[in-house]
Amino acid sequence: MFDTTSPLPPLPGVGYKPQHYSAILDDPAPVGWFEVHAENYMGNGGRPLAQLRALSERFPISVHGVGLSIGGPDRLHPDHLARLKHLVGWLNPASFSEHLAWSTHDSAFLNDLLPLPYTPATLTRVCDHVDEVQEALGRQMLLENPSSYLAFAESTLDETGFLHEVVRRTGCGLLLDVNNVFVSATNLGYSPQEYIARFPMDAVGEIHLAGHDEDHDDHGAPLLIDSHGREVAEPVWALLELVLDRAGPLPLLIEWDNDVPNWPVLAAEAARAARALDRVTA
Amino acid sequence: MASYAETGFRSALLRGDAPVPEGLTDGAGRPAGRRYDVYRNNVAVALREALETGFPAVARLIGPENFARAAGMFLRSHPPTSPVMMEYGAGFPEFLEGIEALRGIGYLGDVARLELALRQSYHAADAPKLDATRLAGMDEVALMGARLVPAPALRLLCSSWPLLSIYRFTIETGRPKPPARAEAVVITRPDFDPVPHLLPPGGAGFLAALTRGETFGAAVEAAGPGFDLSATLSLLLRQGAFSDLLTD
Repeated sequence: MFDTTSPLPPLPGVGYKPQHYSAILDDPAPVGWFEVHAENYMGNGGRPLAQLRALSERFPISVHGVGLSIGGPDRLHPDHLARLKHLVGWLNPASFSEHLAWSTHDSAFLNDLLPLPYTPATLTRVCDHVDEVQEALGRQMLLENPSSYLAFAESTLDETGFLHEVVRRTGCGLLLDVNNVFVSATNLGYSPQEYIARFPMDAVGEIHLAGHDEDHDDHGAPLLIDSHGREVAEPVWALLELVLDRAGPLPLLIEWDNDVPNWPVLAAEAARAARALDRVTA
Repeated sequence: MASYAETGFRSALLRGDAPVPEGLTDGAGRPAGRRYDVYRNNVAVALREALETGFPAVARLIGPENFARAAGMFLRSHPPTSPVMMEYGAGFPEFLEGIEALRGIGYLGDVARLELALRQSYHAADAPKLDATRLAGMDEVALMGARLVPAPALRLLCSSWPLLSIYRFTIETGRPKPPARAEAVVITRPDFDPVPHLLPPGGAGFLAALTRGETFGAAVEAAGPGFDLSATLSLLLRQGAFSDLLTD
Protein backbone atom coordinates (compact mmCIF):
# COMPACT_ATOMS: atom_id res chain seq x y z
CA MET A 1 0.00 0.00 0.00
CA PHE A 2 2.76 2.42 0.95
CA ASP A 3 6.36 2.56 -0.15
CA THR A 4 8.76 1.88 2.72
CA THR A 5 12.02 1.79 0.81
CA SER A 6 14.27 3.21 3.51
CA PRO A 7 13.24 1.72 6.84
CA LEU A 8 15.27 2.23 9.99
CA PRO A 9 18.13 -0.25 10.50
CA PRO A 10 17.81 -2.88 13.28
CA LEU A 11 20.38 -1.01 15.39
CA PRO A 12 20.31 1.16 18.52
CA GLY A 13 19.11 4.70 18.02
CA VAL A 14 18.73 7.60 20.45
CA GLY A 15 16.49 10.61 20.70
CA TYR A 16 18.55 13.50 19.29
CA LYS A 17 19.47 16.35 21.64
CA PRO A 18 21.25 19.42 20.22
CA GLN A 19 23.78 19.45 23.10
CA HIS A 20 25.15 16.12 21.79
CA TYR A 21 25.75 17.38 18.25
CA SER A 22 29.56 17.65 18.38
CA ALA A 23 29.98 14.43 20.37
CA ILE A 24 27.87 12.57 17.81
CA LEU A 25 29.91 13.87 14.89
CA ASP A 26 33.12 12.85 16.73
CA ASP A 27 32.03 9.31 17.55
CA PRO A 28 28.44 8.15 17.20
CA ALA A 29 29.13 4.48 18.06
CA PRO A 30 27.18 2.39 18.83
CA VAL A 31 24.27 4.54 17.68
CA GLY A 32 23.14 3.88 14.12
CA TRP A 33 20.22 6.30 13.74
CA PHE A 34 18.46 9.22 15.44
CA GLU A 35 14.92 10.17 16.27
CA VAL A 36 13.67 13.77 16.45
CA HIS A 37 10.40 15.21 17.67
CA ALA A 38 8.66 16.62 14.61
CA GLU A 39 7.39 19.74 16.37
CA ASN A 40 10.91 20.91 17.28
CA TYR A 41 11.76 21.19 13.59
CA MET A 42 8.82 23.24 12.39
CA GLY A 43 10.58 26.58 12.49
CA ASN A 44 11.62 28.37 9.31
CA GLY A 45 15.38 28.00 9.61
CA GLY A 46 18.35 28.53 11.87
CA ARG A 47 20.43 26.04 13.81
CA PRO A 48 17.76 23.36 14.44
CA LEU A 49 17.08 22.79 10.75
CA ALA A 50 20.77 23.07 9.81
CA GLN A 51 21.71 20.43 12.39
CA LEU A 52 18.91 18.13 11.32
CA ARG A 53 19.94 18.49 7.67
CA ALA A 54 23.56 17.67 8.52
CA LEU A 55 22.55 14.75 10.72
CA SER A 56 20.32 13.34 8.00
CA GLU A 57 23.26 13.29 5.60
CA ARG A 58 25.06 10.82 7.88
CA PHE A 59 22.32 8.84 9.63
CA PRO A 60 18.84 7.45 9.04
CA ILE A 61 16.32 9.71 10.80
CA SER A 62 13.04 8.82 12.45
CA VAL A 63 10.52 11.65 12.79
CA HIS A 64 8.39 11.17 15.89
CA GLY A 65 5.36 13.43 16.21
CA VAL A 66 4.01 14.48 19.59
CA GLY A 67 1.29 16.90 18.56
CA LEU A 68 -1.09 15.41 15.99
CA SER A 69 -3.64 14.29 18.59
CA ILE A 70 -4.57 11.17 16.63
CA GLY A 71 -6.63 9.85 19.55
CA GLY A 72 -8.59 13.07 19.96
CA PRO A 73 -12.22 13.76 19.12
CA ASP A 74 -11.47 16.79 16.95
CA ARG A 75 -10.47 16.53 13.31
CA LEU A 76 -6.73 16.64 12.74
CA HIS A 77 -5.52 20.21 12.60
CA PRO A 78 -5.01 20.93 8.88
CA ASP A 79 -2.23 23.47 9.53
CA HIS A 80 -0.34 21.00 11.65
CA LEU A 81 -0.74 18.21 9.14
CA ALA A 82 0.58 20.59 6.47
CA ARG A 83 3.62 21.45 8.62
CA LEU A 84 4.28 17.75 9.08
CA LYS A 85 3.93 17.12 5.39
CA HIS A 86 6.45 19.86 4.69
CA LEU A 87 8.98 18.43 7.16
CA VAL A 88 8.58 14.84 5.97
CA GLY A 89 8.73 16.12 2.41
CA TRP A 90 12.13 17.81 2.57
CA LEU A 91 13.73 15.45 5.08
CA ASN A 92 12.39 12.18 3.66
CA PRO A 93 13.00 10.37 6.96
CA ALA A 94 13.30 6.60 7.23
CA SER A 95 10.23 6.52 9.48
CA PHE A 96 7.37 8.60 10.80
CA SER A 97 5.58 7.69 14.02
CA GLU A 98 2.94 9.18 16.31
CA HIS A 99 1.00 8.24 19.45
CA LEU A 100 -2.23 6.54 20.39
CA ALA A 101 -3.14 9.56 22.49
CA TRP A 102 -4.65 13.02 22.25
CA SER A 103 -3.24 16.43 23.13
CA THR A 104 -5.42 19.02 21.43
CA HIS A 105 -8.99 19.83 22.18
CA ASP A 106 -11.06 22.90 21.40
CA SER A 107 -7.98 24.50 19.80
CA ALA A 108 -5.97 24.21 23.04
CA PHE A 109 -2.78 22.17 22.78
CA LEU A 110 -2.03 20.65 26.19
CA ASN A 111 1.51 19.42 25.47
CA ASP A 112 0.98 15.99 26.99
CA LEU A 113 -0.02 12.58 25.64
CA LEU A 114 -3.50 12.09 27.09
CA PRO A 115 -5.40 8.80 27.22
CA LEU A 116 -8.54 7.73 25.41
CA PRO A 117 -11.13 5.04 26.12
CA TYR A 118 -11.02 1.99 23.88
CA THR A 119 -14.44 1.63 22.28
CA PRO A 120 -15.74 0.91 18.76
CA ALA A 121 -16.36 4.64 18.35
CA THR A 122 -12.83 5.73 19.32
CA LEU A 123 -11.43 2.90 17.18
CA THR A 124 -13.22 4.26 14.12
CA ARG A 125 -11.98 7.76 14.79
CA VAL A 126 -8.38 6.71 15.35
CA CYS A 127 -8.48 4.72 12.09
CA ASP A 128 -9.88 7.73 10.23
CA HIS A 129 -7.07 9.88 11.60
CA VAL A 130 -4.36 7.33 10.75
CA ASP A 131 -5.80 7.05 7.22
CA GLU A 132 -5.72 10.82 6.89
CA VAL A 133 -2.09 11.05 8.06
CA GLN A 134 -0.92 8.24 5.78
CA GLU A 135 -2.70 9.78 2.81
CA ALA A 136 -1.32 13.25 3.53
CA LEU A 137 2.25 11.98 3.96
CA GLY A 138 2.03 9.35 1.24
CA ARG A 139 3.68 6.79 3.48
CA GLN A 140 3.01 4.28 6.20
CA MET A 141 3.14 5.56 9.77
CA LEU A 142 3.87 3.74 13.02
CA LEU A 143 1.46 4.14 15.94
CA GLU A 144 2.86 3.93 19.49
CA ASN A 145 1.22 2.26 22.48
CA PRO A 146 0.74 4.75 25.35
CA SER A 147 1.80 4.75 28.99
CA SER A 148 -1.34 4.75 31.15
CA TYR A 149 -1.95 5.94 34.68
CA LEU A 150 -5.67 5.19 34.72
CA ALA A 151 -8.39 3.35 32.82
CA PHE A 152 -11.75 4.44 31.44
CA ALA A 153 -14.84 2.72 32.82
CA GLU A 154 -16.39 3.01 29.35
CA SER A 155 -13.63 1.02 27.59
CA THR A 156 -14.85 -2.19 25.98
CA LEU A 157 -11.72 -3.22 24.03
CA ASP A 158 -8.29 -4.07 25.37
CA GLU A 159 -5.31 -2.11 24.11
CA THR A 160 -3.64 -4.87 22.09
CA GLY A 161 -6.95 -5.73 20.43
CA PHE A 162 -7.51 -2.05 19.67
CA LEU A 163 -4.05 -1.70 18.10
CA HIS A 164 -4.44 -4.94 16.17
CA GLU A 165 -7.64 -3.61 14.65
CA VAL A 166 -6.05 -0.23 13.75
CA VAL A 167 -3.31 -2.12 11.90
CA ARG A 168 -5.82 -4.32 10.10
CA ARG A 169 -8.01 -1.42 8.98
CA THR A 170 -5.36 1.18 8.08
CA GLY A 171 -2.25 -0.79 7.14
CA CYS A 172 -0.18 1.27 9.58
CA GLY A 173 2.73 -0.21 11.50
CA LEU A 174 3.29 -0.08 15.24
CA LEU A 175 5.92 1.40 17.50
CA LEU A 176 6.19 -0.82 20.57
CA ASP A 177 7.31 1.16 23.62
CA VAL A 178 8.43 -1.54 26.05
CA ASN A 179 8.73 0.90 28.95
CA ASN A 180 5.15 2.00 28.31
CA VAL A 181 4.04 -1.64 28.44
CA PHE A 182 5.74 -2.11 31.80
CA VAL A 183 4.44 1.22 33.18
CA SER A 184 0.85 0.61 32.04
CA ALA A 185 0.80 -3.03 33.16
CA THR A 186 2.14 -2.13 36.61
CA ASN A 187 -0.25 0.80 36.97
CA LEU A 188 -3.36 -1.05 35.80
CA GLY A 189 -2.53 -4.43 37.29
CA TYR A 190 -2.10 -6.71 34.29
CA SER A 191 0.75 -8.91 33.13
CA PRO A 192 3.25 -7.19 30.82
CA GLN A 193 4.36 -10.59 29.52
CA GLU A 194 0.81 -11.45 28.47
CA TYR A 195 0.49 -8.02 26.83
CA ILE A 196 3.68 -8.73 24.83
CA ALA A 197 2.37 -12.19 23.91
CA ARG A 198 -0.82 -10.65 22.48
CA PHE A 199 0.87 -7.70 20.77
CA PRO A 200 0.65 -7.78 16.92
CA MET A 201 4.42 -8.17 16.61
CA ASP A 202 4.40 -8.56 12.81
CA ALA A 203 3.42 -4.91 12.52
CA VAL A 204 6.20 -3.55 14.76
CA GLY A 205 8.69 -1.33 12.93
CA GLU A 206 10.46 0.20 15.93
CA ILE A 207 10.93 -0.27 19.67
CA HIS A 208 11.22 2.43 22.33
CA LEU A 209 12.94 2.12 25.68
CA ALA A 210 13.04 4.79 28.39
CA GLY A 211 13.37 5.27 32.12
CA HIS A 212 10.45 5.74 34.50
CA ASP A 213 9.94 7.09 38.02
CA GLU A 214 8.17 5.34 40.88
CA ASP A 215 5.26 6.78 42.85
CA HIS A 216 2.10 5.34 44.39
CA ASP A 217 -1.62 5.97 44.15
CA ASP A 218 -4.21 6.81 46.85
CA HIS A 219 -4.28 3.17 47.98
CA GLY A 220 -0.51 2.74 48.16
CA ALA A 221 -0.45 0.76 44.90
CA PRO A 222 2.61 1.37 42.71
CA LEU A 223 2.18 4.16 40.19
CA LEU A 224 4.99 4.35 37.64
CA ILE A 225 5.54 7.62 35.77
CA ASP A 226 6.85 7.58 32.19
CA SER A 227 9.42 10.30 32.88
CA HIS A 228 12.15 9.71 30.25
CA GLY A 229 14.62 11.08 32.77
CA ARG A 230 16.93 8.18 33.72
CA GLU A 231 18.33 4.79 32.71
CA VAL A 232 16.01 2.07 31.45
CA ALA A 233 14.84 -0.05 34.43
CA GLU A 234 15.96 -3.69 34.78
CA PRO A 235 12.47 -5.23 34.42
CA VAL A 236 12.08 -3.31 31.15
CA TRP A 237 15.33 -4.79 29.79
CA ALA A 238 14.01 -8.22 30.77
CA LEU A 239 10.75 -7.51 28.96
CA LEU A 240 12.73 -6.40 25.91
CA GLU A 241 14.34 -9.84 25.68
CA LEU A 242 10.89 -11.35 25.49
CA VAL A 243 9.96 -8.93 22.69
CA LEU A 244 13.13 -9.60 20.69
CA ASP A 245 12.71 -13.36 21.11
CA ARG A 246 9.33 -13.01 19.44
CA ALA A 247 10.13 -10.31 16.91
CA GLY A 248 13.81 -10.70 16.06
CA PRO A 249 16.10 -7.65 15.71
CA LEU A 250 14.35 -4.28 15.32
CA PRO A 251 15.34 -0.60 15.40
CA LEU A 252 15.71 0.05 19.13
CA LEU A 253 15.49 3.60 20.47
CA ILE A 254 16.67 4.95 23.83
CA GLU A 255 14.55 7.96 24.82
CA TRP A 256 16.01 10.35 27.39
CA ASP A 257 14.23 13.70 27.32
CA ASN A 258 14.55 15.10 30.85
CA ASP A 259 17.73 15.60 32.89
CA VAL A 260 19.51 14.71 29.65
CA PRO A 261 22.94 13.18 30.46
CA ASN A 262 26.26 13.65 28.73
CA TRP A 263 26.77 11.71 25.53
CA PRO A 264 28.84 8.85 27.09
CA VAL A 265 25.98 7.96 29.47
CA LEU A 266 23.50 7.86 26.62
CA ALA A 267 25.95 5.93 24.42
CA ALA A 268 26.32 3.37 27.24
CA GLU A 269 22.55 2.79 27.25
CA ALA A 270 22.69 2.41 23.47
CA ALA A 271 25.55 -0.11 23.90
CA ARG A 272 23.34 -2.18 26.19
CA ALA A 273 20.61 -2.04 23.52
CA ALA A 274 23.21 -3.20 20.98
CA ARG A 275 24.02 -6.24 23.15
CA ALA A 276 20.32 -7.07 23.42
CA LEU A 277 20.07 -6.95 19.64
CA ASP A 278 23.24 -9.01 19.17
CA ARG A 279 21.70 -11.79 21.22
CA VAL A 280 18.95 -12.29 18.64
CA THR A 281 20.89 -11.34 15.50
CA ALA A 282 23.27 -14.32 15.46
CA MET B 1 -19.77 10.94 22.14
CA ALA B 2 -16.17 11.80 22.83
CA SER B 3 -17.05 12.51 26.41
CA TYR B 4 -13.51 11.82 27.53
CA ALA B 5 -12.08 14.95 26.05
CA GLU B 6 -15.06 17.19 25.71
CA THR B 7 -16.23 17.28 29.27
CA GLY B 8 -14.46 16.27 32.42
CA PHE B 9 -11.04 15.12 31.35
CA ARG B 10 -10.13 18.23 29.43
CA SER B 11 -11.67 20.92 31.61
CA ALA B 12 -10.27 19.64 34.91
CA LEU B 13 -6.74 19.33 33.51
CA LEU B 14 -5.98 23.01 33.85
CA ARG B 15 -7.89 23.46 37.12
CA GLY B 16 -6.05 22.00 40.06
CA ASP B 17 -9.02 22.51 42.42
CA ALA B 18 -11.58 20.75 40.18
CA PRO B 19 -12.70 17.27 41.26
CA VAL B 20 -11.30 14.28 39.39
CA PRO B 21 -13.65 13.54 36.46
CA GLU B 22 -16.09 10.63 36.62
CA GLY B 23 -15.56 7.37 34.80
CA LEU B 24 -11.83 7.05 35.42
CA THR B 25 -10.53 4.08 37.39
CA ASP B 26 -7.33 2.45 38.59
CA GLY B 27 -7.91 -0.59 36.40
CA ALA B 28 -9.54 -2.51 39.27
CA GLY B 29 -12.68 -0.40 39.41
CA ARG B 30 -11.63 2.02 42.12
CA PRO B 31 -11.77 5.78 41.36
CA ALA B 32 -8.62 7.07 39.66
CA GLY B 33 -7.96 9.70 42.35
CA ARG B 34 -4.42 11.04 42.21
CA ARG B 35 -3.67 8.98 39.10
CA TYR B 36 -5.51 11.73 37.22
CA ASP B 37 -3.23 14.28 38.87
CA VAL B 38 -0.29 12.78 36.95
CA TYR B 39 -1.82 14.15 33.73
CA ARG B 40 -2.77 17.42 35.44
CA ASN B 41 0.78 17.79 36.69
CA ASN B 42 2.35 16.81 33.34
CA VAL B 43 0.36 19.47 31.50
CA ALA B 44 1.12 22.26 33.97
CA VAL B 45 4.81 21.38 34.29
CA ALA B 46 5.38 21.03 30.55
CA LEU B 47 3.79 24.39 29.78
CA ARG B 48 5.50 26.15 32.69
CA GLU B 49 8.88 24.76 31.66
CA ALA B 50 8.30 25.95 28.11
CA LEU B 51 7.77 29.47 29.49
CA GLU B 52 10.81 29.21 31.79
CA THR B 53 12.95 28.17 28.82
CA GLY B 54 11.57 31.01 26.72
CA PHE B 55 11.78 33.79 29.33
CA PRO B 56 14.86 33.21 31.54
CA ALA B 57 15.53 36.92 32.15
CA VAL B 58 11.93 37.52 33.22
CA ALA B 59 12.28 34.58 35.64
CA ARG B 60 15.43 36.12 37.12
CA LEU B 61 13.86 39.54 37.46
CA ILE B 62 10.82 38.35 39.41
CA GLY B 63 12.25 35.20 41.04
CA PRO B 64 11.29 31.56 40.54
CA GLU B 65 8.22 31.58 42.80
CA ASN B 66 6.66 34.65 41.21
CA PHE B 67 7.49 33.29 37.78
CA ALA B 68 5.83 29.96 38.55
CA ARG B 69 2.74 31.83 39.74
CA ALA B 70 2.61 34.10 36.67
CA ALA B 71 3.26 31.16 34.32
CA GLY B 72 0.55 29.13 36.05
CA MET B 73 -1.97 31.93 35.54
CA PHE B 74 -0.92 32.38 31.92
CA LEU B 75 -1.00 28.71 30.91
CA ARG B 76 -4.49 28.33 32.36
CA SER B 77 -5.89 31.38 30.58
CA HIS B 78 -3.72 31.08 27.45
CA PRO B 79 -2.93 27.42 26.72
CA PRO B 80 -0.99 26.91 23.47
CA THR B 81 -3.09 27.02 20.31
CA SER B 82 -0.55 25.02 18.30
CA PRO B 83 1.69 22.01 18.97
CA VAL B 84 4.67 24.05 17.79
CA MET B 85 5.90 24.99 21.25
CA MET B 86 8.68 27.24 19.95
CA GLU B 87 5.85 29.72 19.27
CA TYR B 88 4.29 29.49 22.72
CA GLY B 89 4.17 32.60 24.89
CA ALA B 90 3.62 35.31 22.26
CA GLY B 91 1.02 36.86 24.57
CA PHE B 92 3.12 36.53 27.72
CA PRO B 93 4.70 40.04 27.64
CA GLU B 94 1.31 41.74 27.58
CA PHE B 95 -0.05 39.30 30.15
CA LEU B 96 2.79 40.14 32.55
CA GLU B 97 2.01 43.85 32.17
CA GLY B 98 -1.52 43.14 33.28
CA ILE B 99 -0.54 41.53 36.59
CA GLU B 100 -1.17 44.12 39.28
CA ALA B 101 1.48 42.77 41.67
CA LEU B 102 4.19 43.15 39.00
CA ARG B 103 3.30 46.71 37.97
CA GLY B 104 6.26 48.04 39.95
CA ILE B 105 8.64 46.48 37.43
CA GLY B 106 7.69 48.74 34.55
CA TYR B 107 10.19 47.27 32.10
CA LEU B 108 9.15 43.62 32.66
CA GLY B 109 6.95 43.48 29.55
CA ASP B 110 9.70 44.89 27.35
CA VAL B 111 12.26 42.39 28.68
CA ALA B 112 9.77 39.62 27.85
CA ARG B 113 9.33 41.12 24.35
CA LEU B 114 13.10 41.07 23.87
CA GLU B 115 13.29 37.39 24.87
CA LEU B 116 10.39 36.54 22.58
CA ALA B 117 12.08 38.39 19.70
CA LEU B 118 15.37 36.53 20.33
CA ARG B 119 13.52 33.19 20.13
CA GLN B 120 11.70 34.22 16.95
CA SER B 121 14.98 35.32 15.41
CA TYR B 122 16.59 31.97 16.32
CA HIS B 123 13.96 30.05 14.35
CA ALA B 124 13.60 32.52 11.47
CA ALA B 125 14.40 31.53 7.90
CA ASP B 126 18.01 31.54 6.72
CA ALA B 127 19.04 34.21 4.22
CA PRO B 128 22.25 35.32 2.53
CA LYS B 129 24.00 38.36 3.99
CA LEU B 130 23.96 41.43 1.78
CA ASP B 131 27.41 42.21 0.40
CA ALA B 132 28.14 45.73 1.68
CA THR B 133 30.25 46.60 -1.36
CA ARG B 134 27.04 46.72 -3.40
CA LEU B 135 26.12 49.95 -1.57
CA ALA B 136 29.58 51.41 -1.91
CA GLY B 137 29.42 51.12 -5.69
CA MET B 138 26.19 53.12 -6.06
CA ASP B 139 25.81 56.83 -6.84
CA GLU B 140 23.83 58.87 -4.35
CA VAL B 141 20.63 59.12 -6.40
CA ALA B 142 20.48 55.38 -6.96
CA LEU B 143 21.26 54.71 -3.29
CA MET B 144 18.50 57.04 -2.04
CA GLY B 145 15.96 55.24 -4.22
CA ALA B 146 17.09 51.72 -3.24
CA ARG B 147 15.34 49.46 -0.77
CA LEU B 148 17.21 47.27 1.71
CA VAL B 149 15.50 43.93 2.35
CA PRO B 150 15.56 43.00 6.05
CA ALA B 151 16.84 39.52 6.86
CA PRO B 152 14.07 37.26 8.21
CA ALA B 153 15.90 37.02 11.55
CA LEU B 154 15.99 40.82 12.03
CA ARG B 155 13.94 42.20 14.94
CA LEU B 156 13.62 45.80 16.17
CA LEU B 157 12.44 46.81 19.64
CA CYS B 158 11.99 50.38 20.81
CA SER B 159 11.67 50.76 24.54
CA SER B 160 11.23 53.73 26.82
CA TRP B 161 13.48 51.83 29.25
CA PRO B 162 17.21 51.01 29.03
CA LEU B 163 16.05 47.66 27.72
CA LEU B 164 19.27 46.09 26.49
CA SER B 165 21.25 47.31 29.51
CA ILE B 166 18.62 45.82 31.85
CA TYR B 167 18.62 42.56 29.92
CA ARG B 168 22.40 42.22 30.03
CA PHE B 169 22.56 43.27 33.67
CA THR B 170 20.01 40.55 34.44
CA ILE B 171 21.51 37.59 32.61
CA GLU B 172 25.25 38.34 32.59
CA THR B 173 27.55 38.82 35.55
CA GLY B 174 29.75 41.87 35.85
CA ARG B 175 27.58 44.14 33.70
CA PRO B 176 27.25 47.79 34.79
CA LYS B 177 24.03 49.11 36.27
CA PRO B 178 21.66 50.26 33.51
CA PRO B 179 21.82 54.00 32.76
CA ALA B 180 18.63 56.06 32.88
CA ARG B 181 17.74 56.31 29.19
CA ALA B 182 15.49 54.87 26.49
CA GLU B 183 17.08 52.21 24.31
CA ALA B 184 16.28 50.85 20.87
CA VAL B 185 17.50 47.32 20.26
CA VAL B 186 18.13 45.55 16.98
CA ILE B 187 18.47 41.78 16.91
CA THR B 188 20.52 40.27 14.11
CA ARG B 189 21.56 36.70 13.46
CA PRO B 190 24.92 36.74 11.69
CA ASP B 191 25.21 32.95 12.04
CA PHE B 192 22.84 30.80 14.09
CA ASP B 193 22.84 32.80 17.32
CA PRO B 194 20.72 35.95 17.55
CA VAL B 195 22.62 38.93 18.96
CA PRO B 196 20.94 42.03 20.43
CA HIS B 197 22.67 45.36 19.73
CA LEU B 198 22.03 48.87 20.95
CA LEU B 199 21.06 51.07 18.00
CA PRO B 200 22.96 54.38 17.71
CA PRO B 201 20.86 57.55 18.21
CA GLY B 202 18.12 58.02 15.64
CA GLY B 203 18.74 54.56 14.21
CA ALA B 204 15.39 53.11 15.24
CA GLY B 205 13.37 55.42 12.98
CA PHE B 206 15.74 54.69 10.10
CA LEU B 207 15.54 50.92 10.54
CA ALA B 208 11.78 50.91 11.15
CA ALA B 209 11.28 52.73 7.84
CA LEU B 210 13.48 50.23 6.00
CA THR B 211 11.58 47.27 7.49
CA ARG B 212 8.35 48.89 6.25
CA GLY B 213 9.83 48.72 2.75
CA GLU B 214 10.58 52.43 2.39
CA THR B 215 13.50 53.65 0.29
CA PHE B 216 16.90 54.41 1.74
CA GLY B 217 16.27 58.12 1.24
CA ALA B 218 12.90 58.02 2.99
CA ALA B 219 14.45 56.03 5.84
CA VAL B 220 17.13 58.68 6.34
CA GLU B 221 14.32 61.29 6.47
CA ALA B 222 12.49 59.17 9.06
CA ALA B 223 15.53 58.85 11.32
CA GLY B 224 15.31 60.36 14.77
CA PRO B 225 17.26 63.31 16.17
CA GLY B 226 21.02 62.97 16.33
CA PHE B 227 20.99 60.28 13.65
CA ASP B 228 24.41 58.86 12.87
CA LEU B 229 23.98 57.26 9.44
CA SER B 230 27.47 55.89 9.18
CA ALA B 231 27.52 54.24 12.63
CA THR B 232 24.04 52.79 12.19
CA LEU B 233 24.59 51.51 8.67
CA SER B 234 27.96 49.97 9.39
CA LEU B 235 26.54 48.11 12.42
CA LEU B 236 23.59 46.79 10.42
CA LEU B 237 25.63 45.72 7.41
CA ARG B 238 28.35 44.10 9.49
CA GLN B 239 25.74 42.10 11.43
CA GLY B 240 23.87 40.85 8.39
CA ALA B 241 20.70 42.81 9.07
CA PHE B 242 19.84 42.82 5.36
CA SER B 243 19.61 40.04 2.83
CA ASP B 244 19.28 42.00 -0.39
CA LEU B 245 19.24 45.40 -2.07
CA LEU B 246 16.49 46.28 -4.54
CA THR B 247 16.90 49.03 -7.08
CA ASP B 248 14.13 50.28 -9.33
